[in-house]
Amino acid sequence: MHRILAIPALLLLTACAAPQDEVTRGGVYDPYESGNRQTHEFNKSVDRIFLRPVGTTYSKVMPDGLELAVNNAAENLRLPGYVVNSLLQFHIADAARNTFRFVVNSTLGVGGVGDAAQDLFGVDPKETDFGETLHVWGFGEGAYVELPLLGPSTTRDAWGRAVDFFTDPLGFALSPPESYVSTVGWGLTQLSNRGRYASSYDDLLYDSADSYAQARILYLQNRRYELGYSVDGGAGGGADPYDDPYGDPYTETAAGAAPAPAATADPYYEDPYDAPSL
Amino acid sequence: MTLHRFNSRPSRRTVLAGIAASAFAAIAAPAFALTDAQAKSLVDGLVGEINKVIGSGASEAQMIAQFERIFARYADVNVIARSTLGADARSFSNAQLASFTDAFSGYISRKYGKRFREFIGGRIEVNEAKQVKTWTEVSATAYLRGEAPFEVKFFVSDRSGSNRFFDMVIEGVSMRLTERTEIGAMLDANGGDIAKLTAQLKRAG
Repeated sequence: MHRILAIPALLLLTACAAPQDEVTRGGVYDPYESGNRQTHEFNKSVDRIFLRPVGTTYSKVMPDGLELAVNNAAENLRLPGYVVNSLLQFHIADAARNTFRFVVNSTLGVGGVGDAAQDLFGVDPKETDFGETLHVWGFGEGAYVELPLLGPSTTRDAWGRAVDFFTDPLGFALSPPESYVSTVGWGLTQLSNRGRYASSYDDLLYDSADSYAQARILYLQNRRYELGYSVDGGAGGGADPYDDPYGDPYTETAAGAAPAPAATADPYYEDPYDAPSL
Repeated sequence: MTLHRFNSRPSRRTVLAGIAASAFAAIAAPAFALTDAQAKSLVDGLVGEINKVIGSGASEAQMIAQFERIFARYADVNVIARSTLGADARSFSNAQLASFTDAFSGYISRKYGKRFREFIGGRIEVNEAKQVKTWTEVSATAYLRGEAPFEVKFFVSDRSGSNRFFDMVIEGVSMRLTERTEIGAMLDANGGDIAKLTAQLKRAG
């Protein structure tokens, strides 16, 4: 019951948090940078002490097949949440696809350990979340934030995560301790990813000149791509203030930066050949 | 006489228009000269070489060397390197930029070449090309072992004088923009000194 009450309260908070689309350097709006950097150092220390050693060990000792099965099962438990969000976004085909995957993988895939929907029917998942729902509903990206333990995010995506956490359909369907299975599965997937992509994580966190800035640029680019405004041009047309890379277009407050859900144009990407000094 | 004048006018106009048109063509030509087919064929060649390397079972050092050759042949290393410096590039001399570009090329090759090991057994397939703004984007799909297929885009331009790619974008993540953040951070850490940055790049990656 408390979960149901939490939804309107969170929606209200989300609405209040609806940020203006103010973008500064490099298409990055980071007004909380100093606080974010502290969180980043905290996250790095957690990685050094816990996530990195445990993740690499987990991935090493787990047989590949079993590791994949656990990840599959964890992913399967997230599907009901995807379906709800797809419906909220009016993406009916995605909702149908995720429903199909949940039904097929829970049965033929034996509780989701096998990806029968993919293997037998070629139906791959369409991951989504409440952050994307907020995007579809027209909420702006907001500020970049690095969350403790969870890592890079934005104001919009942080609220999205909170809503997803409290409204997971599986959480309503199950009662403790079964309802914790989803969270445990998610945690194991994080360990698995930290182990499997160890060198990528290590490069990013420990070998880059500024790991905070690297994590930020990687997250924002990839997240915008997921949401459909990829590094791409085309759709916009008209005058492009970003054509001169050395004119530093990022100092301008981008009026065109508000993400248009349907457009694929990335206003932050310009032709490097337009530099007059070359 | 009058007739002649009347006759000469259109002809002068034609000549002027002709000059203007050819001047315009000279300016506009580079933007339109690169066809989708040419861009795609460049990426076909590039991807063919990458596939050969990841299928070869070469050692890490060999892969890095091969990647550096491929990078030098297909990428516009100059524009990639300089654009990672952003506005600061203007304040450096040509000699400084040349040695920076050289160090940058080695740095990129080591950094990305050593990742080729993870691609062993995988392949990249080229899909289609399309004009975007002033360049051509060629999309491809990477199929790696144990991974869901993902999209890789190559941004191709002939504005350097030859057909080259100037960016590689993996699921929205641009190599050029990501490296600009990294190089910018390194330059800051070196107090804006490009000689120190170049020296650091020679060791990094």
